[in-house]
Amino acid sequence: MSVGLLRFLTAGSVDDGKSTLIGRMLVDARGAFEDQVSAATRDNERRGGKGIDFSLLTDGLKAEREQGITIDVAYRYFATERRKFIIADAPGHEQYTRNMVTGASTADLALVLVDARYGVVTQSRRHAFIAHLLGIRHIIVAVNKMDLMDYSQATYDKICADFRDFFSQLDPIDVRFIPISALLGDMVVTRGDNLSWYSGPTLMDTLETIEIDTQSATELRFPVQLVNRPPMPELADFRGYMGRIASGRVNVGQEVAILPAGRRTKVTGIATFGGEIPSAFAPQSVTITLAEDVDISRGDLITGIDDAPTPIKEFEATLCWMSQHPMRAGAKYLLRHTTRKVKAIVSKIEYRIDPNTMAKETGLTELKQNDIARITVKTLLPIACDPYRKNRETGAFILIDEANDTVGAGFVEA
Amino acid sequence: MKENWTHLEALEAESIYIIREVVAQFRNPVLLYSIGKDSSVLVHLARKAFYPGPIPFPLLHVDTGYKFREMLTFRDEFTKAIGARLIVHRNEQAIAEGAHPLKLGVARCCGKLKTGALLEALEKYSFDAAIGGARRDEERSRAKERVFSHRDSFGQWDPRNQRPELWNLYNGEIHEGESMRVFPLSNWTETDVWQYIREQNIPIVPLYYAQQRQVVFRGTNWIPIIDPSDVREGETPVTEWVRFRTLGCMPCTGAVKSEAQTIDDIVDEALIATRSERETRVIDHGANTMEDKKREGYF
Repeated sequence: MSVGLLRFLTAGSVDDGKSTLIGRMLVDARGAFEDQVSAATRDNERRGGKGIDFSLLTDGLKAEREQGITIDVAYRYFATERRKFIIADAPGHEQYTRNMVTGASTADLALVLVDARYGVVTQSRRHAFIAHLLGIRHIIVAVNKMDLMDYSQATYDKICADFRDFFSQLDPIDVRFIPISALLGDMVVTRGDNLSWYSGPTLMDTLETIEIDTQSATELRFPVQLVNRPPMPELADFRGYMGRIASGRVNVGQEVAILPAGRRTKVTGIATFGGEIPSAFAPQSVTITLAEDVDISRGDLITGIDDAPTPIKEFEATLCWMSQHPMRAGAKYLLRHTTRKVKAIVSKIEYRIDPNTMAKETGLTELKQNDIARITVKTLLPIACDPYRKNRETGAFILIDEANDTVGAGFVEA
Repeated sequence: MKENWTHLEALEAESIYIIREVVAQFRNPVLLYSIGKDSSVLVHLARKAFYPGPIPFPLLHVDTGYKFREMLTFRDEFTKAIGARLIVHRNEQAIAEGAHPLKLGVARCCGKLKTGALLEALEKYSFDAAIGGARRDEERSRAKERVFSHRDSFGQWDPRNQRPELWNLYNGEIHEGESMRVFPLSNWTETDVWQYIREQNIPIVPLYYAQQRQVVFRGTNWIPIIDPSDVREGETPVTEWVRFRTLGCMPCTGAVKSEAQTIDDIVDEALIATRSERETRVIDHGANTMEDKKREGYF
């Protein structure tokens, strides 16, 4: 979002040392308080361990501590002199992929850990693929436990080559590799003495200085959240449209289109608590007023007049299915796109993607939990969307089932 | 993208969006107002969100009867000054029965006066969404919670089976009798809260500023002595420069040694703090964890 704040996801397979790495970063950068560290140490000693087990800092649920696994994403916060960080610490088990997707959806960077002893495994590829699917454009592959491989450069080079092979099948993104030992601290915050053959920056250096290529879309997209009509006599004529600018900027005096209806009008003001402002930018939350009393409500999209998307009722999308109940072609769901809610049918499953090999499997009539597939969606009412690759805000949707559970994460393709 | 966008502006924009989503998606929301600093920030954000209109939901204060006098005075003056609608709810039966942490134990006392009263109030007024000021950096089970956190018809949380929460597409769909807890300050840290209070000049309860106060050292905390009967056997009250990092009930809220008398002093203290603010809350440290209490409906 800015140089000042970096949201990143940590992912990787089970037992790759993720908790140890996060624990080390938190303790070194004061993201964990002394009393929290001593509570985690006490918990570990109570069950017969020695010293601190860093996973007890982040595994906040009883079930997680009892079973020694991470079930749900944990959010942790720390700051250095140079930057503030929000970590979404995602579970490694395939069973909890839906929680990993939750963490990835708001991250700008993914830190994927690989155990140097085992190299690139199925879960590493799966996590890298999901991060990529969610539009994360920066991936740091940290090759951990280098100490257990005698800090071998050949081992590291082989893992980097394997991962590069895998990434070559995806759209180009920024991928960096760093050899580390989270346990002993090599190349995490300080360089250590054991990796002299590696000349790149440390992990912390990279996190602090990496320039994030965020939302590249510049077209105005303003989904209307609510209509503001204050119940005060002195404001009887005020009619404002509240929302958060998804992309681009809006200026007072600018001509805009209201989708899906397509009507046009002019922006007459941008009201904020601090006074009227002449223009506003993504991702500000503002209230705008328009020249005419047109019929606008929650779910409408305000855009510029030259670059407005054409509202559609049928489109292709990539879907990550998250429910334990299978999805059958032809099933009906509630679809949430920006602030709009419409009834939708998944009319066809085009193919399923194997995140390991990228192979496409066709001829399916149902999807199981954690499947990733290309589908065709039909909506009852038109929606104004952009491809997810171009706009993460207006290209994303979720599917909600009759039990009100969020069962699918979708990415508009075309 | 706006130039020179600060992290506080980013947090503010996100929180305002979340608060507006609550009003858009629920029939009868309420803001849980605890009078503390996070509540002050939450109310400020709600005012900004609906400007030039008023805050379109009431504030609910769950009063245990053990709140500091300064808190109640501040509550009444602050809500009046900004024209907010205030509802105060107490578990009158438990209060009449003399519920006290010494008599019942901290966990049962909280269970009756806070969780019980809160669930009672939500039911009495049929609120379907409750906005709270909890932050993920406060405590490790809170670090796991969604922004829109679903509660079943008994007000309970099922942390092992939370709905996926993608992007900013918050799913507020509920069945009859269920409700949602919503946490607009999820991504704020204690330091962010103090910096924002300074930047926006937000009023807070004077107890946050250091003063010389009568206290006793009990367990690991400095506990304020408001009434001579608060002193237990074997304790000798002393006068110390102290302030409160968080505010709760008098018998269960510890003060910290501090001479921070201005908001700048407090921000500086927050920036170099080595111990968490929840350390001063007796309720967090029993066998009954925050997760247990949250499952039962506690905030």
